Amino acid sequence: MKEEVRLMKGNEAIAHAAIRYGCDGYFGYPITPQSEVLETLEELMPWETTGMVVLQAESEVAAINMVYGGASTGKAVMTSSSSPGVSLKQEGISYIAAASLPALILNVMRGGPGLGTIQPSQADYFQATKGGGHGDYHLIVLAPSTVQEMVDFVGLGFDLAFKYCNPAMILADGIVGQMMEKVVLPEQRPRRTDEEIRKQCPWAANGRKDGRKRNVITSLELESSRMEVINHKLQERYREIERNETRWEEIDVEGADYLIVAFGSIARICAKAKEMAAEKGIKVGIVRPITLWPFPTEAIHRAAQGKKGILCVELNAGQMIEDVRLAVHDAIPVEHFGRLGGIIPSPEEVVVALEEKIVK
Amino acid sequence: MDIKDIIRPENKVYCKPELLDEVHMHYCPGCSHGVIHKLLAEVIAEMGLTDRTVGVSPVGCAVFAYNYIDVDWVEAAHGRAPAVATAISRLWPEDVVFTYQGDGDMSAIGTAESIHAANRGENIVMVFVNNAIYGMTGGQMAPTTLVGQKTATTPYGRRVDLNGHPLEITNLLAILDGTCYVTRQSVHTPAAVRKTKAALKKAFENALAKKGTSVVEVVATCNSGWKMSPEKANDWMAEHMFEKYPLGDLKNN
Repeated sequence: MKEEVRLMKGNEAIAHAAIRYGCDGYFGYPITPQSEVLETLEELMPWETTGMVVLQAESEVAAINMVYGGASTGKAVMTSSSSPGVSLKQEGISYIAAASLPALILNVMRGGPGLGTIQPSQADYFQATKGGGHGDYHLIVLAPSTVQEMVDFVGLGFDLAFKYCNPAMILADGIVGQMMEKVVLPEQRPRRTDEEIRKQCPWAANGRKDGRKRNVITSLELESSRMEVINHKLQERYREIERNETRWEEIDVEGADYLIVAFGSIARICAKAKEMAAEKGIKVGIVRPITLWPFPTEAIHRAAQGKKGILCVELNAGQMIEDVRLAVHDAIPVEHFGRLGGIIPSPEEVVVALEEKIVK
Repeated sequence: MDIKDIIRPENKVYCKPELLDEVHMHYCPGCSHGVIHKLLAEVIAEMGLTDRTVGVSPVGCAVFAYNYIDVDWVEAAHGRAPAVATAISRLWPEDVVFTYQGDGDMSAIGTAESIHAANRGENIVMVFVNNAIYGMTGGQMAPTTLVGQKTATTPYGRRVDLNGHPLEITNLLAILDGTCYVTRQSVHTPAAVRKTKAALKKAFENALAKKGTSVVEVVATCNSGWKMSPEKANDWMAEHMFEKYPLGDLKNN
């Protein structure tokens, strides 16, 4: 398949991207607002073309454990879900992280807590960036703000996951999952052959060919001293990822008096609000974290120099703001604005919040 | 006659399977797991499947099965072995994938995964060791614990009004269209051991022939959890467990 320009939903784009980036297996369970991922894959029947496996599991729990199984063999596997379903996956995600396996997880966030609503939200920021499951671990968390980034982050997510042997998560929201945009689908990347997988992943449990020693994928180590060593190795990897893979976007930060920090689709609403504020003579710059973990702490610290205040705009009650405050060490005021329960704020509301909370 | 004249290859009647590692097992003396491990090691080697077998170990006493049988292993979260095996089998269709689960893993926390993997007819072998108790955590009630059986969480014996009935998960799996072979065996006598080995071999042959899901339940003892000598535990099992869990094939397509 050649590169192609199409108009489609973010969720549909994820399915196309999975096939085109050479994903070996997708395991999912329907939940609004991301069911189009599985639906599109079933419609495209990639097992007839690239050989990709697609399976509707009996639950989110089973799906993430299928991902664990597939990742254990060195295959490029993924799952997708939305907030309540991602909560169910947390045990499996912890195992995948602990066993140092590459895998990709998509969360198209909806409003919570509990069963909540099916409308967009960003209230799973804490869950995605601070652990989510048990134990000391981190996911590489990518936050797309466009349908194009939904596509691009499938490739980037798999690349990073395999580079570091660490699970990656695309933390999207119901807006970017459901909206339609123009998107460039990449040229087909061939799936790796079994031989290539054996070479690339000598640790994988896929049958001990050529008399090699057996491979065991496990997260269990009852001896505390050895378990501590395993933890230190994980932490070393996390520091390496922090050094190498922190990503963010800055818009007109230079010369601005104020900053907005926002991620995902809300950053685009904030870009409009920035223009409206400029018409009122309020000069605002935007920092959009692209990796939520590792968080662009240094970038925000630098961007905040000489500014009078920061507004964190999030579709939650104030989660990323904690990381922003840590980045600026309380040197300037940092305030939160967000709507809850699935409501998306208008740019006008963001401007009002900016004036009332920061400019004053 | 000198001892050296006796120790000769042609006189060998028994040996440790080549796939069984020379390490100390953590299982209690008298436990059935060691025998079942030995049979699996024998069957895999005899069928020439060493380089294409992947085992999936459970949470429970057999969590460390990967330390004993020299094939590739994935250690699953509690109850999720059939889901893990599903993906491995689908992504590596030329591999032979088996799960190894206890009664808690298979028929309590993992009931959904067991039933749905079997219902999809995943091309896997499910080995189910039913000793009617949670061994690893110290002898609590399992779904398969018999009515009246004393455990750490049924100290006065399992009561139907409080704890429900013993769950015959294997019977449930046998009625599913996805299973091709469902059998219940034991390893408490030499004859029973031989039958279980034949059952495991048949299950692995089914996987090679891509016939669907094979389930081999092994009714087993937990003499530590049952607080009995190994010999007494074997007797108790034959006397009490076979009535609820009768041995033999439930399905053989």
